[in-house]
Amino acid sequence: MPFDRLVEAMDQWAAAHPDVPVEIQIGRGKYEPRHARFVRMMPVVDYRQRVADARLFVAHAGMGSIISAIEAGKPLLMLPRLQAQGEHNTDHQLATAASIGSRPGLHVASDVADLQARATALLADAGAPPAPISRFADPGFTDRIRAFIEAP
Amino acid sequence: MVQRSRGNRAVSKPKRILAIASGGGHFVQLLRLRPAWEGHEVTYATVHAASAVDVAPAPLLTFRDVSRADWWRLPLTLVDAIGILARVRPQVIVTTGALPPLVVLTLGKLLGIRTLWVDSIANSEVLSGSGRHAGKVATKVVTQWPQLAEPGVEHWGSVL
Repeated sequence: MPFDRLVEAMDQWAAAHPDVPVEIQIGRGKYEPRHARFVRMMPVVDYRQRVADARLFVAHAGMGSIISAIEAGKPLLMLPRLQAQGEHNTDHQLATAASIGSRPGLHVASDVADLQARATALLADAGAPPAPISRFADPGFTDRIRAFIEAP
Repeated sequence: MVQRSRGNRAVSKPKRILAIASGGGHFVQLLRLRPAWEGHEVTYATVHAASAVDVAPAPLLTFRDVSRADWWRLPLTLVDAIGILARVRPQVIVTTGALPPLVVLTLGKLLGIRTLWVDSIANSEVLSGSGRHAGKVATKVVTQWPQLAEPGVEHWGSVL
């Protein structure tokens, strides 16, 4: 689903910070950035490389973004999608932001102005990156799934 | 036949597993569960063909996405779901959501396949809409949040 509010906010931010390279993946959004570079959708390999190379990763409060940021040890600034704005089917990204967004290295913006201010602040001082995690879920979890799979 | 995996773990009689998830966070969560079916004969299915690099040498099939916002695409997803089940003939299906895998699990129930729905960790306040429906068709539904456990929905752990 499009997330024009985030794209436009970071495009505005890019206009105000011409010395900082900004690249945005916009999906099926209507708003096309005029100041930042943009792509519609990049292959997952390129996506991971961008996250690894970036100084700051800005995204919606989706689990793909969150897990990618944690696995890359990269600070993540999130703007939750809102149902009322037609940005998702439910407001579960608010729940995600509340339950997971307080981990070290993860930052949640309340609105567009807050997002832009935090982007500037985090580039000046990114703080602690997300703590490294194992490549896989806890073995206690995957062992129970294995038991389910192997049950007769 | 006995295959060795994860050091000393012996897997007798590998099963055909279908590990399926929508794109983005759903698929990223599925990847974090890979040790669960290591040593079995797994086929993956998701929406982006480029995800094949993440699961190689295991095969990856794709399906056309659908959500509540574009429900009219459901017949396309249904056709793809039937095709995937016909090709893989899975004995067990594991999914981390969302709507297209629910279609696959519904067909799986009709075919008597053992199915596991792992509700996305994104749903920390209520079970997802698809997860709620999955309770009617999946063999087992688990949540990644202990506070969401209820009769019929267990908490086994989380991907993080």
